[in-house]
Amino acid sequence: MTPKQPPQRKTPLYDWHVAHGARMVEFAGWAMPVQYSSIIDEHVATRTTASITDISHMGRLRFEGPGAAVFLAELLTRRVADLKPSQIRYSLVTNDAGGIMDDVLVGYYHNSHGQPFYVVVVNAGNREKIIRWVRDHLSPERAETPGEEVIFTDLTRLWAMFAVQGPNAVELLQPLVDVDLDWLRYYNGAQVQLLHPAAQRQGGIITRTGYTGEDGFELSIGASIAPGIWEALFEIGRQRGLDVVPTGIGARDTLRLEAGMPLYGHELTEQINPFQAGLKYACYLVGYDFPGRDALKALEVQPPDRKRIGLELPGRRAARHGCPILVDGRPVGEVTSGTFAPTLQKPIAMGYVSPEHARVGTELIVDVRGRQEPARVVKLPFYRRREKGASQ
Amino acid sequence: MTPEELLYAKTHEWVHIETDPSGAKTATLGLSAFAIEALTDLVFIDLPEPGRQVAAGESFGEVESVKAVSDLYSPIDGEIIEANTQAAGQPDTLNDDPYGAGWLVKIKITDDSGLTTLMDHAAYQRQCEENAE
Repeated sequence: MTPKQPPQRKTPLYDWHVAHGARMVEFAGWAMPVQYSSIIDEHVATRTTASITDISHMGRLRFEGPGAAVFLAELLTRRVADLKPSQIRYSLVTNDAGGIMDDVLVGYYHNSHGQPFYVVVVNAGNREKIIRWVRDHLSPERAETPGEEVIFTDLTRLWAMFAVQGPNAVELLQPLVDVDLDWLRYYNGAQVQLLHPAAQRQGGIITRTGYTGEDGFELSIGASIAPGIWEALFEIGRQRGLDVVPTGIGARDTLRLEAGMPLYGHELTEQINPFQAGLKYACYLVGYDFPGRDALKALEVQPPDRKRIGLELPGRRAARHGCPILVDGRPVGEVTSGTFAPTLQKPIAMGYVSPEHARVGTELIVDVRGRQEPARVVKLPFYRRREKGASQ
Repeated sequence: MTPEELLYAKTHEWVHIETDPSGAKTATLGLSAFAIEALTDLVFIDLPEPGRQVAAGESFGEVESVKAVSDLYSPIDGEIIEANTQAAGQPDTLNDDPYGAGWLVKIKITDDSGLTTLMDHAAYQRQCEENAE
């Protein structure tokens, strides 16, 4: 007998993925496409033209009401109260010990009635934990204090979300939305009208954010119109002669790894604090008090006992999550993510080592399935895109 | 070689047996088209040096794709007499010709009792169909 598994959640695009030959895997309780064709092809398309990824599994939590700004400032490590309309920030959620519970994006918007609200995008695997954490800190008394009300809604199942990434992302998305995307700056968002019949007059939120190291956007729209808009994007791609491909979470992982971006459950866990992870910039310790702030203040003045590093392996075998990192045969850390990097054409990895081994250029050994492979500490990110118009 | 003439291990290696006039048996091993298709993004194949002894059920190498690493298993006891270094350096060879130029190793068989665990092509096809469901 096998233990009974809870049914996997399906995004609004599930049927499309299956119909288009995606290999479906379980990811954080969701049935997600890992790839449609080849991870390398999907990765290269994202770096050279544009790709569309279903990221509807990401948790989307909305906070509104006059008390929302202060509530979030007292929950997140980053400043929230001074966000300008349409601005987005990367932030962490820490536990009382300063361990990382999640890394999130918080955005500030206004609805059509001019009412402000915040959307916090959380990792799929952390959604339930963060919802519990929110409820632990948002007592009914607090939520209903006159003049400081906070209304909290989990939008995850109501909204689909697509990542549209790559150098041609602007050209691909522009015909679909009523704002000039050239004016939408990195880490800014906008509420948009969708200029396509499939939208059924619904709008959406578009943000210039991503998890690939390329220029690109993330688009949130109602679940009911998601399949039609998804198809519309491919239709626009065909009309414009852009070679747009759907990409799965396989390429999403290799892209973010080349871009040196941490992934929760790998580089980030509750046993890691922001200073170890190199995310000091995401901690604002002198503003509102949030869980873990005092612990982080104490940690800030000590040197971290381990540091997140990037590794390049001159060999062909890729280091993977859990591989020990050695110096003179002695473990000094562990790999947290590793893959063959399709753009760089070599194995790369991220991991943690004690600080004396974290300097760029340090030669280390990784135990890859029982064999010692040389590795060199390199600067993160591994891959940085060339800005438009910049010469080589 | 055609896929129909080969024997297959549960772990997706194909095996071709040749017997020389003295009765000595040599096995050529490769990876089935089904497995190669499932791995998709092969980036590296690690094969043993000639001379290495392998035991049935033991890993003798690995195939690495972007996403994961898989072991290669020998179904028989024997000695590696040749490894296809050309294919190892050029994983595309496996995609292009899995049952020909994409062979992986030749093994001089010392104990062939493991061969009884292998499937013929039809049985292997059934396993793949079940896996695909």
